[in-house]
Amino acid sequence: MTQKHIVEARGIHKHFGALHVLKGVDLKVDERELVFVIGPSGSGKSTLLRCLNRLEEPSSGSVVVDGIDMLSPKTDINHARQRIGMVFQSFNLYPHMTALGNVTLALRKVAGKSRAEADALARAALDRVGLADRADHTPGQLSGGQQQRVAIARSIALEPRVMLFDEPTSALDPELVGSVLEVMRGLRESGMTMIVVSHEMGFARNAADRVVFMDDGLIVEQGPPASIFENPAHERTRAFIGQIQRH
Amino acid sequence: MIQTFFNLDIMMAAWPIVLSGLKNTILLSLIVVPLGLLGGLILALLASIKHPLVRWPLMAWVDFFRAFPPLVLLILLFAGLPFAGLELGGFACVAIAFFLNTGSYYGEIFRAGIESVPNGQVEAARSTGLSRLQAMRYVVLPQAVRNVLPDLLSNTLEVVKLTSLGSVVAVPELLYEARQAQSITYNPTPIVMAAVIYFLILWPLVRLLSRLENRALAGRR
Ligand SMILES: Nc1ncnc2c1ncn2[C@@H]1O[C@H](COP(=O)(O)OP(=O)(O)OP(=O)(O)O)[C@@H](O)[C@H]1O
Ligand SMILES: [Mg+2]
Repeated sequence: MTQKHIVEARGIHKHFGALHVLKGVDLKVDERELVFVIGPSGSGKSTLLRCLNRLEEPSSGSVVVDGIDMLSPKTDINHARQRIGMVFQSFNLYPHMTALGNVTLALRKVAGKSRAEADALARAALDRVGLADRADHTPGQLSGGQQQRVAIARSIALEPRVMLFDEPTSALDPELVGSVLEVMRGLRESGMTMIVVSHEMGFARNAADRVVFMDDGLIVEQGPPASIFENPAHERTRAFIGQIQRH
Repeated sequence: MIQTFFNLDIMMAAWPIVLSGLKNTILLSLIVVPLGLLGGLILALLASIKHPLVRWPLMAWVDFFRAFPPLVLLILLFAGLPFAGLELGGFACVAIAFFLNTGSYYGEIFRAGIESVPNGQVEAARSTGLSRLQAMRYVVLPQAVRNVLPDLLSNTLEVVKLTSLGSVVAVPELLYEARQAQSITYNPTPIVMAAVIYFLILWPLVRLLSRLENRALAGRR
């Protein structure tokens, strides 16, 4: 059975009290696709990502990931979330555990691996992000870039089908951004499906298959990076791209 | 003076009585501290359910037992419950009173600890598939406890001191036994012995607390 879309979100609305943050978003993502989401602050990019793994409960709409209806009450959400990795702006590593402990926790408690199995898988994941030699360091002993790579290892160790990145490099010093982008590029080359919210336009240009521009809770337009950056159809897109390129 | 307060003969004579009191104080502490910690943990976990139907009764409960003087609570249980046909004995009354009173204090400490852990920690844990309870157990609680360790220890000190309230309801703990010895010997030396023993068991805890507090201050800088 071939699945056309690995992520299929339809008609997502999200209200926070009186605030209408997502106003009917449709997003379909193909397997192995890298989708870049851009848009002004407050346009709902993070909320959209968080609706995809149900960290945020959409007010209405449907989300299907890898054939699983994420919003159905019959779905074991904890099980389903293993298939969707998420990387946060602020890393959110567990400060009381080593890098290895951060990666093994869900392997052991959710995926049910033995300690030995989990350790081996975690070391392999840390190796993939270039941090095999930092397994026994705590987050406090790692640089921001290294912490974010451990966070990526924590997600990929569970062998997700999709990875969500919410501004993974925004909290990093400029000289540390490259190491994280390099890991993301490696992931892409290995065929991972990725949805990335980021302001790294250079990365978007040469790694993204598609750029999605959001404004005010809606997808305004989307297309290949070249056409969105060089030749946007909408005035709002043009204004936003002009703004970030001036920086 | 020395003959009155530090009478060696009386010390020798009173020692077995005072020692059995000390044993009971330690036993009482070993029952009452874990009980209070357990009660506090339950209250704090309930408090993390932000539902109004849980929240308001919980707040009322905690406020009530924190405002209620523990000695009054103890005497009420000991002297009042028999009128309701329930005679529990001093030891059980102390255990219940402490569960209610110190549990509420421990509960507020745990709650502050849990709230000191950033929400991103739970989100990261949940995004990898951990359940709410697993995230609490493996990610939030260890950090929460570490963040409020000085407060937990300081409350524990208070609890150990408060075990002397057991003397009021004839629980043969250190203070009660010392008073017994005093009334037998007509001499205050046993009370002095009790005071010295309290100091000797609590002082290391006080030192430890100071070190933890200093470390917390240094960490904040
Ligand atoms: N938990 C919440 N409660 C109330 N309002 C929220 C909550 N989360 C987000 N919002 C609001 O929803 C709107 C969209 O937020 P969101 O974080 O999705 O925007 P964003 O596009 O990711 O912005 P940024 O680029 O600044 O990260 C904002 O107005 C924000 O204040
Ligand atoms: Mg955001």
